[in-house]
Amino acid sequence: MEDWKRSRALFAAVATAPLTWLTLFFIIPMGVIWLYSFGTNAGLTEIEISGTLANYKKALEPLYLGIFAKSLVVAGITTAICLVVGFPVALAIVFASDKWKPWLLLGIMLPFWTNLLIRTYALMAVLRTEGYANQAIGWLHDRFGGLLTLVGLPAPGAYEPLHLLYNNFAVVLGLVYVHLPFMVLPLYAALDRLDRSLIEASLDLGAGHLRTLLLIVAPLAAPGIISGIIITFVPALGAYLTPDLLGGTDSQMIANVIERQFKRANNWPFGAALSFLLMYATFIAIAIQALKAKQAEKRR
Amino acid sequence: MSDKTPIISIRNVTKRFKGAPSAAVDDVSLDIMPGEFFVLLGPSGCGKTTLLRMIAGFEIPTSGQILIDGQDMADVPPNKRPVNMVFQSYAVFPHMTVAQNVGYGLKIAGIGADEIRSRVAEALELVKLDGLDARMPDQLSGGQRQRVALARSLVMRPKVLLLDEPLSALDAKLRAQMQFELADLQDKVGITFITVTHDQDEALSMAGRIAVMNKGDVAQLAAPADLYEYPANRFVADFVGSVNIFEGKLTLDEPDKAAVDCPGLGKVWLNHGVTGAHGSNVWVALRPEKIYLHVPGEGKAVRAAAEDAPEGHNFARGQIKGMSYLGDITLYEIQLDCGAMIRVSRPNLSRHDQEDFTWDDRVSMHWRADSPVVLLS
Amino acid sequence: MKLLGKRAPVAPLEYTRRWSMRIWVGLVLLFLYTPLITLVAFSFNDSRRNIVWRGFTTKYYEKALHNSSLMEALTNSITIAALATVVSVVLGALAAVLLWRFRFPTKAGWEGAMALPIVVPEICMGVAMLAFFARLDLPQDLPWPFDLSQITIAHITFCFPFVAMVVRSRLASFNREEEEAAKDLGASEWQAFRDVLLPHMKPGLIAGALLAFTLSLDDFVITFFTSGPNTVTFPVKVYSMVRFSVTPEVNAASALVIALTVLLTTIALKLQSRMGTIAQGH
Repeated sequence: MEDWKRSRALFAAVATAPLTWLTLFFIIPMGVIWLYSFGTNAGLTEIEISGTLANYKKALEPLYLGIFAKSLVVAGITTAICLVVGFPVALAIVFASDKWKPWLLLGIMLPFWTNLLIRTYALMAVLRTEGYANQAIGWLHDRFGGLLTLVGLPAPGAYEPLHLLYNNFAVVLGLVYVHLPFMVLPLYAALDRLDRSLIEASLDLGAGHLRTLLLIVAPLAAPGIISGIIITFVPALGAYLTPDLLGGTDSQMIANVIERQFKRANNWPFGAALSFLLMYATFIAIAIQALKAKQAEKRR
Repeated sequence: MSDKTPIISIRNVTKRFKGAPSAAVDDVSLDIMPGEFFVLLGPSGCGKTTLLRMIAGFEIPTSGQILIDGQDMADVPPNKRPVNMVFQSYAVFPHMTVAQNVGYGLKIAGIGADEIRSRVAEALELVKLDGLDARMPDQLSGGQRQRVALARSLVMRPKVLLLDEPLSALDAKLRAQMQFELADLQDKVGITFITVTHDQDEALSMAGRIAVMNKGDVAQLAAPADLYEYPANRFVADFVGSVNIFEGKLTLDEPDKAAVDCPGLGKVWLNHGVTGAHGSNVWVALRPEKIYLHVPGEGKAVRAAAEDAPEGHNFARGQIKGMSYLGDITLYEIQLDCGAMIRVSRPNLSRHDQEDFTWDDRVSMHWRADSPVVLLS
Repeated sequence: MKLLGKRAPVAPLEYTRRWSMRIWVGLVLLFLYTPLITLVAFSFNDSRRNIVWRGFTTKYYEKALHNSSLMEALTNSITIAALATVVSVVLGALAAVLLWRFRFPTKAGWEGAMALPIVVPEICMGVAMLAFFARLDLPQDLPWPFDLSQITIAHITFCFPFVAMVVRSRLASFNREEEEAAKDLGASEWQAFRDVLLPHMKPGLIAGALLAFTLSLDDFVITFFTSGPNTVTFPVKVYSMVRFSVTPEVNAASALVIALTVLLTTIALKLQSRMGTIAQGH
């Protein structure tokens, strides 16, 4: 690394474009919205920056606080499911044979690269009342329902399609569907770096697989596990599309409320305050991760 | 030793890895006795580590049986085997202190905290790490980390301790010191040690018995001195120490003498019989330090050669083509008159010995009749 | 293969050979792929309600390809992605070199700011862009492709920090002595950059470009907030179609985009493995 003063011309040539762009098209827009969050609607399109805290006060009303809490819970459940489902998958990829490994990785990465909207849409087609999931269950129901009579149970009636879409279940399922690769990839990276002889040493010293996992693998892969959690939790918390398309009227998450303020309710200052609260929540999550990662780094 | 039962019995063990062209371990049978310091020696890829890992339970034999203390290990996972391993990378858990590392196996076994503490202290003292129990592994040197790995295994009081290339990550000085210490430690604790190494010095200095492995096979199983002085084949002769090998024909084979005619070296006389058919193709192995170097025409050479071999045997002439002075000895590369090259080493018994010969000097050589080894394969 | 009879025993660390693990991985892959595969399969189904299989047809592909608004949206998306990729790679590479090479005051702050577009929730960035462009009050009825400039600017803003991240991690493995050797042999600053540093950065640049292209093509939320009524991208178009009704044309168009994704991923992996072998060969 060299000091910028040693070659000012080179430094200017390298620095000007990206820093200008970042300032102009990121920092200033963010600043605008930040100022708006302290403003009031003065006209149809006019916003007066009055320095009021009313927008934040409104955001802390039980209705919005409830939506915030719900978003946190939904993102939390999503992350937990992704971790539980994804960990064995990451482990399986790490210990797969050389022939299988790239294919398994590709299998996880391909959905990751596929358009989010298409994936959500595909999931909708499966979950609809007349979708494939209901059809498959209905088929099993009609085919094997009669078997129940053989064991003395009353025969079930006609198949009632399950309501799999437009509810909280669909939102969580959709978020897990979309974010699972986000969890698996950092877990894979962390587990792959793990020295295998550490696992062998633990087994050699008498520990079973479960205890090895808890006492050796999990602590050593902690930075990867934490970054997997954050990388899943943060976008799940700010998810807009999944609750919008898969959720019902009661599955609004914070991003949907923000969108409504900007696109329909036309209360930009309030929307700005909400989006900054969401951003602060994100930063807190990332700060926790950075802290934990530093601790884990220290322990190594 | 024959009256004891082997602590480890390897019976016709073969290991084939999927997709590999040949077996990593090919029908190996070995018995290892209690209290032995046993070394598996061989070049990388010879199957020695695979064999060790099969004993530990990390690899499953494709066929064959491994018995530990008379018990078949086929269905016993590594965490239930009465053996412990010191890994090549040491595999010291980086997130645990020295004491936690050493106490890990005891904790898993459900032993009480007090006993763990005393046994950990005892083990650390054994490997001379007392006082370092609170350190983290990243605060230790490579040598200290290895001692932690050793203590961690020894504290389990295993029937057999397996060591995978235990010294390969240490620098030369430390390695020499640890060779002695390991042998000493083994003597003290009385546990059977099985060590894998590719380093012949390490094997010769520590082992009670050595199995030299080549391409999945045991090429020779012998005590260190026997391995060096009586190699069973060209592979062992070449792998253990430095050697000159010449192909030849067995022209005389009697119970107390034998002769080989080597086109590259001349007539080689031995003062003992060999097992081989008259006229068959054999190889003569001659170690560099067993060859005497003289200025040509020195009567001593001819006389000495004549003492235990007939005229014209065990004698050669050549020209020095290369020299390297190593301090304690000097190595010479000599081109024989028939064209072949031979390596000769000469101890520098006095300060000026290395000045006796120099590049392009004509020299004559002789060796004693008990020095060459005749190899059939 | 033997289906019955004793299988070769499983060594302790061969987790992937355990049946429980295989079933788990299989179920996860089934979960990930069932929706996508059924979507592609039923795009060939000759039925409007597309529930029951009524025979193979490609007519929905024809319909999709003749649906001018859908095709316009797709063209817009690809144009934006291409523009955003080119600019992002240049900006990202410069940013990576800047942060890798120079020590300067306020560097930590810039480093943090550069990471922000990666971590900030899309919705926040979307509304910020909306407010910013509303404030600027740019003319709305520019001719194509200039009407896409708002979306493109927004896309570049969230893409180039990703490129910078990828290229910077590549730069971390650069041996400065190579550059010094080039200069020692008489190369100028620019020649050393062109002949030594740039070739080293190349895999990072390619990976970054592919990432930027996919991110741009994939983005819905930020585009949703920066697009005008006449500048519709593919995800926004699909979104509005999905809101109203599910039609087989959407299936067909989605299947085309999935095919494009598979193609791009394959190219990326091919390039990567080739780079890998080149790197190993040296």
